[in-house]
Amino acid sequence: MSAVLPGAREAAAAAAGALAPALPPAPPAPRRAPGGGGAWTGVIVATLAVTALAPLLNLVVPAGSAFHLGDYALALTGKIMCYAICALAMDLIWGYTGILSLGHGLFFALGGYAMGMYLMRQIGRDGNYQSDLPDFMVFLDWKALPWHWALSDSFAATLLLVVAAPGLLAFVFGYFAFRSRIKGVYFSIITQALTFAAMLLFFRNETGFGGNNGFTDFKRLLGIPIAQPSTRMVLFVLTGLVLIGFFVFARWLVASKFGRVLQAIRDAESRVMFCGYEPVAYKLAIWTLSAVMCGIAGALYVPQVGIINPGEMSPAASIEIAIWAAVGGRGTLVGPIVGAFFVNFAKSWFTQAFPEFWLYFLGALFIAVTLFLPNGIVGLLRRAGGLSALLRRVRGGRA
Amino acid sequence: MSLPRPLLLALVAAALLLPAWAARALTPAQAHAISAGDSDARVAALQQALLAGDPRVPVLVRALLDGAVQVDAERAWIVAADGSAVDAATGQPAPLPAEGVEEAVNNNRMRGELQAALAAMGMGSADAAERRAAVAALGEAMDEHKLPLVEAALAKETDAGLKDALELLRAKALVGAGEPARRLEAVKALAGSATPATRNLLVERLKPAADGGESDPGVRAALRLALDQVAESLAWGERAGVLFSGLSLGSILLLAALGLAITYGLMGVINMAHGELIMIGAYATWGVQNAFRAWFPGAFDWYVLAAVPLSFAAAAAVGAVLERGVIRFLYGRPLETLLATWGISLILQQTVRSLFGAQNVPVENPAWLSGGVQVASNLVLPFNRIAIVLFAAAVLAGMAWLIARTRLGLFVRSVTQNRPMAACMGVNTARVDTLAFSLGAGVAGLAGCALSQVGNVGPDLGQGYIVDSFMVVVLGGVGQLAGTVYAALGLGIVNKLLEGWAGAVLAKIMVLVIIVVFIQKRPQGMFALKGREA
Repeated sequence: MSAVLPGAREAAAAAAGALAPALPPAPPAPRRAPGGGGAWTGVIVATLAVTALAPLLNLVVPAGSAFHLGDYALALTGKIMCYAICALAMDLIWGYTGILSLGHGLFFALGGYAMGMYLMRQIGRDGNYQSDLPDFMVFLDWKALPWHWALSDSFAATLLLVVAAPGLLAFVFGYFAFRSRIKGVYFSIITQALTFAAMLLFFRNETGFGGNNGFTDFKRLLGIPIAQPSTRMVLFVLTGLVLIGFFVFARWLVASKFGRVLQAIRDAESRVMFCGYEPVAYKLAIWTLSAVMCGIAGALYVPQVGIINPGEMSPAASIEIAIWAAVGGRGTLVGPIVGAFFVNFAKSWFTQAFPEFWLYFLGALFIAVTLFLPNGIVGLLRRAGGLSALLRRVRGGRA
Repeated sequence: MSLPRPLLLALVAAALLLPAWAARALTPAQAHAISAGDSDARVAALQQALLAGDPRVPVLVRALLDGAVQVDAERAWIVAADGSAVDAATGQPAPLPAEGVEEAVNNNRMRGELQAALAAMGMGSADAAERRAAVAALGEAMDEHKLPLVEAALAKETDAGLKDALELLRAKALVGAGEPARRLEAVKALAGSATPATRNLLVERLKPAADGGESDPGVRAALRLALDQVAESLAWGERAGVLFSGLSLGSILLLAALGLAITYGLMGVINMAHGELIMIGAYATWGVQNAFRAWFPGAFDWYVLAAVPLSFAAAAAVGAVLERGVIRFLYGRPLETLLATWGISLILQQTVRSLFGAQNVPVENPAWLSGGVQVASNLVLPFNRIAIVLFAAAVLAGMAWLIARTRLGLFVRSVTQNRPMAACMGVNTARVDTLAFSLGAGVAGLAGCALSQVGNVGPDLGQGYIVDSFMVVVLGGVGQLAGTVYAALGLGIVNKLLEGWAGAVLAKIMVLVIIVVFIQKRPQGMFALKGREA
């Protein structure tokens, strides 16, 4: 066996190295809920910040003061909290179940469009054409509302639609996809095709969703003017509470038996099946839940941002949700929220300061996170924390 | 607007019956009648003068179209650019009166009539090409007024093709006029010509009699029969057209997906930057075009030939850098690869935008790729589309040869099938990975070169193809070229068929839905690899 070619050994080693990580390196599974007490303190602090501090700083502290929270910052934070809900939803399906969806933007947009339809009806006769119909329908010379607008004047029905539209689509799509055991990259690409197809559909005027322009120029929500500061603040607080609520719920979920099965599916789906579980039901449940969370985020997003259009369904928008979760640290629950805030603050800073460099930064972020930070910012902090604890112990031992 | 039919018929009959009168030279009164007065009277005068065939008529008509005619109450003058005037009828120098003259103005109808008259006079030319052009020009504006002209030309015409065209013109004019027997004859002549214009004419004649349509029941029946016949032969042209555009779209998809068939199909790398590699190929073509325009303007028509290897090289070089720099660290982690390559695609797009601007750049077809070949009256196959079909076939053949017959292909296959064993046999797998990836990237560059000839070249070029080309590879089944070919052509043709039925956007959505449903049934695609590896 001495006649082995000189390069062969290295080649074999390289090949083995390239083949070895057949599964994504699993983030360390929390044995107990990570940092139990600390997390609850965080939740309480966040709740206080959202419900008391933000309104105080925005509405009570005068505009000249250094502590005043500007309307722009408030709107930006509110928007990012909606994104954070999406990132959390993405984390449940990707970080905890190992299914990467490139179509979550579609569910977000569906929730947004459901809310947008209601807001369009709330404009009433205050539109440019003073008609009962939304302006774009008058423009298209339509005489009556299309059938899918039938429920749009009722707020209760809208809330139902916000949950049902993305939920139902996700359920049907997921049922067929998971039943025929589509997984991995195939699933990702098909979800991307789904949101792409939906985007093309919503771009059409005939679909009845305002085509290119989507919905905008909202005036009222539940009869209350939407632009007035108190309405904005209520929406902000509501979004914050929903985010915190989902976070608490997700913590409970991933620690439950259901959550454990999800993580088992992520790490070794076949073994889960051999143990007598049916992964389809679990995957379908978390997939639908995740879609509904995105829908709710979309419904909170639209009244705050004041516009919804098919651009939200573009493949690029969906893949950005994945990068929020990845940057923050998937497989942790704080991670996606941190990631959503980090990436979107960076985005709003870059697009103002150096608009041409934003895509370079985002692209580099995609590459850097996948190459160097498999566990994201939270993983990095944890490692740093673990390292310093280790150092302390070593020093302590020497002393 | 048009002349009352009886009056017109009388005029035509007079023109035909009184050759001696008609052959008279253009009189000043006639010239004046053509140039000024009521439109109907002017048209009638023009028709008469045309039949007379005086050589002064074309001069007058051209001058009228140029706005160089002055009239008073009874005479007309043609004024040259230097201000000298001649009598419109005789061509003799005649000074323009100091006052009482005004410019002859033409309304749109008059203008159309004058142009048609000019065309009609071209039918007397000795040059067959000029006559053909005249017939084509008249085809647009044919009506019963010009019937005598066409008949005169028909009597003299010797060229068989032109004779047919003239017969058709006559039928077009006659179908709305004359005795029922002549109309019937005209309808029968029309039934033999399959052009969209004929179909429109027949549909027009089939309107209810009250709206000016045909009144004679016998002729109506013949019209209906003729319409069926014309529609039938037009339908074949349309079907062939749909098939060809499907084939053309299919070969574009094939070109876009062939590179992916290597990087994804053989190597398992999800390369979301594939579209940007296509874009790089297109920009390389644009660069070569500019270089040729600047340095070899004489050989500009052949820049595409130089662009083919260069676009391959440019994309392959970028591909090699990507593989060495990023992708090799992510083998076996498809989801991470997907995100990282998406990041790469963003960076590449922004780089191109920074370097060449966000606007589309113009890529010109060389002369031999512009235009097309007329296959049927309603079917033109553009040369650039034909070239792309051939090019796709050539690239496919090259790839198949490379994979099946060369040493590199052997290595690629061996590494795909059993990496450790290939490495044990002394194959430098890392090198093979780089080469295979840059080959796939280079083929994407070729796709970009081809796409630059049929579509816009801009920073977003690749985005439009990424979903499509992944669909092709996924549908065709991973790991072999045959599946990719069938999937690309099938998708192209199905897409175009649905497009004819439901419109472009709905067709695209339907195709995507069909693929999603299909993947449910056969997750491995149409042609799954059999055996343990699959």
